[in-house]
Amino acid sequence: MSVAAIAFLVIGLGLIGWLSARTRAARFAAAADTAAGAAGRPHSLPFYHGWYVALWATVPALLFLAVWGWTSPALVTGAVLDTPAAALPESGIERGALLAEARALAQGKLAGAFNDEAAALAPAYRAAQARFDGIATVLALILAFAGGAYAFTRVRPDFRARTRVERAVMATLLVASLIAILTTVGIVASLLFESWRFFSMVSPVDFLFGLRWSPQSAVIAGQTNQFGAIPLFWGTIFIGAIIAMVVAIPLGLMSAVYLTQYAGPRLRAWMKPALEMLAGVPTVVYGYFAALTVAPALRDFAAAVGIPGASSESALAAGVVMGIMIIPFVSSMADDSITAVPAAMRDGSLAMGATQSETIRKVLIPAALPGVVGGVLLAVSRAIGETMIVVMAAGLAANLTANPFASVTTVTTQIVQLLTGDQEFDSAKTLAAFALGLVLFVITLLLNIVALRVVKKYREAYE
Amino acid sequence: MIEDHSVKSDRPAKMSARNVNVFYGQKQAISGVSIDVDMDNVVAFIGPSGCGKSTFLRTLNRMNDTIAGARVEGQITLDGTDIYNPDMDVVQLRARVGMVFQKPNPFPKSIYENVAYGPRIHGLVDGKADLDAVVEQSLRRAGLWDEVKDRLHESGTALSGGQQQRLCIARAIAVDPEVILMDEPCSALDPIATAKIEELIHELRGRYAIVIVTHNMQQAARVSQHTAFFHLGQLVEYGVTSEIFTNPREVRTKDYITGRYG
Ligand SMILES: Nc1ncnc2c1ncn2[C@@H]1O[C@H](COP(=O)(O)OP(=O)(O)O)[C@@H](O)[C@H]1O
Ligand SMILES: [Mg+2]
Repeated sequence: MSVAAIAFLVIGLGLIGWLSARTRAARFAAAADTAAGAAGRPHSLPFYHGWYVALWATVPALLFLAVWGWTSPALVTGAVLDTPAAALPESGIERGALLAEARALAQGKLAGAFNDEAAALAPAYRAAQARFDGIATVLALILAFAGGAYAFTRVRPDFRARTRVERAVMATLLVASLIAILTTVGIVASLLFESWRFFSMVSPVDFLFGLRWSPQSAVIAGQTNQFGAIPLFWGTIFIGAIIAMVVAIPLGLMSAVYLTQYAGPRLRAWMKPALEMLAGVPTVVYGYFAALTVAPALRDFAAAVGIPGASSESALAAGVVMGIMIIPFVSSMADDSITAVPAAMRDGSLAMGATQSETIRKVLIPAALPGVVGGVLLAVSRAIGETMIVVMAAGLAANLTANPFASVTTVTTQIVQLLTGDQEFDSAKTLAAFALGLVLFVITLLLNIVALRVVKKYREAYE
Repeated sequence: MIEDHSVKSDRPAKMSARNVNVFYGQKQAISGVSIDVDMDNVVAFIGPSGCGKSTFLRTLNRMNDTIAGARVEGQITLDGTDIYNPDMDVVQLRARVGMVFQKPNPFPKSIYENVAYGPRIHGLVDGKADLDAVVEQSLRRAGLWDEVKDRLHESGTALSGGQQQRLCIARAIAVDPEVILMDEPCSALDPIATAKIEELIHELRGRYAIVIVTHNMQQAARVSQHTAFFHLGQLVEYGVTSEIFTNPREVRTKDYITGRYG
């Protein structure tokens, strides 16, 4: 029997446990009702007893199966290797290939064998598989029965099943939240590990402060001093934190002011969602909008007015489109923070004879500023992590330039470049992607922390 | 025999309302209110909550304009000029008719900036020295100067509730208004802070026409010379405060004052 089939069996047992425990609890609940009235009622509703038994019947057995499903292939292989038929080649790769083939044969996924050795191993495999499956079935069923029976004996009127079930619910929620956290930890760990390998090949000082980025030649010439990441970080900041913000902050702020202060309820009802829809446009669409529409137009404009160094891939094109993309971030944060400014503030200013725009400029925006700043920081962190637009519109040349019409490249673009195509996974060139990713991660993390701090402090100020 | 204790003053009325109705959408909140306010007498508006005191107070400096759906009918004049006429500049009006709210609402700026706000937006001062003088004078008149003169650049929101309310009064005074409207200015304050505000109202009387809404009848008796009793959107009785409290003409006033309802 496969692990999945056993799991179904266990769940079936759980269902039976649920039904029988509930029935039993319902019976003594009914008895208590007629006998003693409300005071003598059992602690928990029958339904909680049902869940208590069902959980005891299924959870330990399913946990066992999960561990089993993970470890049993190794156990099976170990058993096969112990059989006399296993006269295998020394080389690890060939051995692995043979074993995989034998496993496929044993499980009926392959019609015929390529290697005789594999064919010879298949029966041994099949036998071992059957034996371990049998063991698993028996153990799982014992666990399910034992758990269910233990729980069932505890189903008594005074037993606090509800408390236990609530605790189980809490544990489930805890595990769910831990999964996200553990995943993050895993990602950070892998970033750290690969970056460490990179920094054992390339000095961190050269990487963080070097002015030349040219990973290709580094591989060819065996040099290590071409991994200077400054041009990439400059490009990232130039596009994401400067050009994009020059576009997004005024537009986002002004639209928030208009929506909160001037627009009537009906206009606001459709304008706000329409603006927020910008956030739902796939970034690849922005990417080709930037690359195919905005970038050529900007290049022609630059050529017409005689700006040198104009390229068909420009920081400006990518930055402007990115700025438009993050307008909703800025405007919805600004909207929230302006709305959160107490109406008394606004009334106070209007009652002094201030006009609406004076009130907005001198009272509402200053009062909302921390929230707005928080929104802007979140938007920056979003912008510098953005990939698609810059891959399509910003270019690949690692220029250290302040000319917005020139081509620059960004950290994310280079990560894509380094990892796409055929790459060995232990060259400095590939590992550089992890180091870049790590630095980017640290920067966005810091931005997020600061932003959340600022926003939180601001919220507290008015609550 | 009902004796006449209607309001009389030597000076002409500063503000007069004639037959004022106020609507929120379809709902009528004020009907047919006529009243005069002069410079010499503090006027208290009393009445059970929801009877329209705040609504009527807000018509006097057109703060109802900021409420969507609010509509005012009738005539309200300031020095004889209709404040709802199309030529009336609301900004000017509100500079002349200042307002202090129920909950102290200093701006999240420094004490100095709070007081300087009005003079700045109305262009009332030339230069820093002039502004400093206005700020000091306003804070002095609001009885706050001695408490804050060493920390003018600290945030106004860091003051105590009573100090915040006096800061709001100073802020209103700073634009040199003719009328000051106060909507339950002490309802969020403790008794000591309340006493200070009441004392302040005594000092300000005569310099400004003052209207104060209060739910506290002792307070009305203490601070006002004239009292208007509102009920269900109507002005039931308006007269000299001492008369209203000792010898009301209307049964509804009497019931309210003796605590029959409210
Ligand atoms: N912004 C508003 N929109 C609609 N109705 C309002 C509004 N403000 C007050 N009202 C209504 O008008 C009436 C008078 O309210 P208000 O003037 O605040 O009374 P008071 O200040 O005497 O307690 C109440 O019935 C209240 O519900
Ligand atoms: Mg009120």
